[in-house]
Parts: sequence; structure tokens; C-alpha cells
Amino acid sequence: MYRAKIYVTLKKSVMDPQGSTVQHALESLGYEGVQNVRMGKYIELDIAKDDRDKAEEQVDEMCDKLLSNPVIEKYHFDLEELK
Amino acid sequence: MKFGVVTFPGSNCDHDCYSVTKDVMRQEVEYLWYKDRDLKKSDCIILPGGFSYGDYLRCGAIARFAPIMEEVIAFAKKGGPVIGICNGFQVLVESGLLPGALIRNKSLKFICEDVYLKVDNKKTLFSSCITKDVIKVPIAHGEGQYFADANVIEQLEKENRVVFRYSGPDGRVIDDFNPNGSLNNIAGIVSFEGNVMGMMPHPERCSEEILNNTDGRGIFESIVAGVSDRLI
Repeated sequence: MYRAKIYVTLKKSVMDPQGSTVQHALESLGYEGVQNVRMGKYIELDIAKDDRDKAEEQVDEMCDKLLSNPVIEKYHFDLEELK
Repeated sequence: MKFGVVTFPGSNCDHDCYSVTKDVMRQEVEYLWYKDRDLKKSDCIILPGGFSYGDYLRCGAIARFAPIMEEVIAFAKKGGPVIGICNGFQVLVESGLLPGALIRNKSLKFICEDVYLKVDNKKTLFSSCITKDVIKVPIAHGEGQYFADANVIEQLEKENRVVFRYSGPDGRVIDDFNPNGSLNNIAGIVSFEGNVMGMMPHPERCSEEILNNTDGRGIFESIVAGVSDRLI
């Protein structure tokens, strides 16, 4: 069993109005030097596979097919073995 | 001819589309349930507006894998006419039948208002009967900002596939009249083959006198004229 921690983020070329609004809010709270705020998604799921490579392969496929949209997003993930 | 209107869980404009095609256009129409795999011999499929699957994950991302969509995609790939309105447009880009993506409005606000659309291409199956150069049609969306890579935009423009652009009442296409931040003010596009169109504005909400606006009617008239021609 593996736990996948998946991060879906917007591609650089995609404008992120949410990120810039949050950045402005942080600035107005007085935090200086905050830059390039980008909002993304975090997805956690467990996958019942014994083989790490197979689990990785399946997470990749799920990300490409449904969890992220390659037109606007990219993703990366960490796999953690559950004992 | 016969229309098929798909109902996903969370669709809320399916009844409007049904009503316009039946009562205004006087054509046959049937609802197509998302779990079914039967297009009921429809000549044109409408993917209506709404919030399919609660807009979870991304708008249209889950609806795109509903059983009925397998049939709709096969139908479109064989040249069958498909129009996606609002959430339907989002389902079409998620399914890959149209290029690009629809992302959160630049203002982050849900916008519900009348906008003007410059009709940029009147030679499509969906616009051939539109008489005006600029039409007034309502929008109602939070995720309607059209985005695509620069090369896709260039290709769309080169192939004259932008059917509608947000404009002023006089047809000027400028930033001031861009409600959601869409690239090149794009409000509606057609597929390379010309049989699939997606648009964010709602023509089904402005096709009857009683609604004080009939500017959307030309889109349905175009489909009826175009498809009836094909059927003969």
C-alpha cells in the first residue's frame, strides 16, 4: 500500500488571479518581500499496490487522465509506503 | 430534425434547451440521461449549462467521463453536430473535442449579465442564419476565461474558428468589453471540422419574444437549417 501526495499547480503561462489576490492580502497585512504567489491543489490518496513502480505508473496515468488538465496544469507527487 | 439534450447530475439549463428546440424551433427533442449510452437517433447533441458533478475538481472534468459522453465523442468524431453551452463548453474542452481550457474569471467573480458578441464567422453550421453582426446574449459563469497556448490561439485565428467574441454594442473588440479575461475576447469557437461548437454565453436564454431578446435564436435556426440540409 502506498500513499500518494499529489500537487497540481498552474503552468507558468497561466494567469492566476487568486494567487495575486492572496499576495495583495499578505502585503496589506504588512508582510514584505512576498512574491509569485500561485494557488494549486493538493490531492492525497492511497493505492493498494505492492510494487512501487506499478503504483507510480498508475498515479501518473490518473493525473494525466483526470486529476490534472495538461492544457493549464502540471503535477508532481510523492509516494510513501504505508506499513 | 431531432435534438438530444444531455442531462448530467447538476445540469440546470437542460430544460431551457429542450424548451427552445421544441417550442420555439418546433423540432423533435429528447433528453439524454448521462448514465445511458443511447443518443436516441439525435441529429444534434446539446451539452447544456449548469454545474455538472458540482464543478468538483475542474468544471466539466468528471462529466467528460460520464457514459453518455463516450457516445457523444464517437458521434462528434464521425462528424455529428454537437453544441456545448457554458458548462457544456467546459465539458467539450475537457473531453478534447475543442482545444484550450476555461479557467476562473479574471475578476474571480461569478458574472451574470447581458454581453454583446461580435459574430466573427457566419459560415459555420451554428451561425449561418445569424443576421446581425453583433448580438446580445447573457453570460452566467465563474469559470469562463478562455485560455490556450499561443500556438493554439494562432491556429484558431488563422483557421477562422472563433465564432463569437465579446465586444461592445457597436462590435468593437476591446479589453473594456471582455468580461472574464478570455484571450482575444474569445466567447465561442468551432472545431477544425466545423461540427462541434462551444460557447460560454447562453443563446437558449434569449430566443423568445417573451424574454425580450431573440438574439440567440439565430444559432438554433442555423443548426436546424444546416442539419436539415444534410438530412435531405
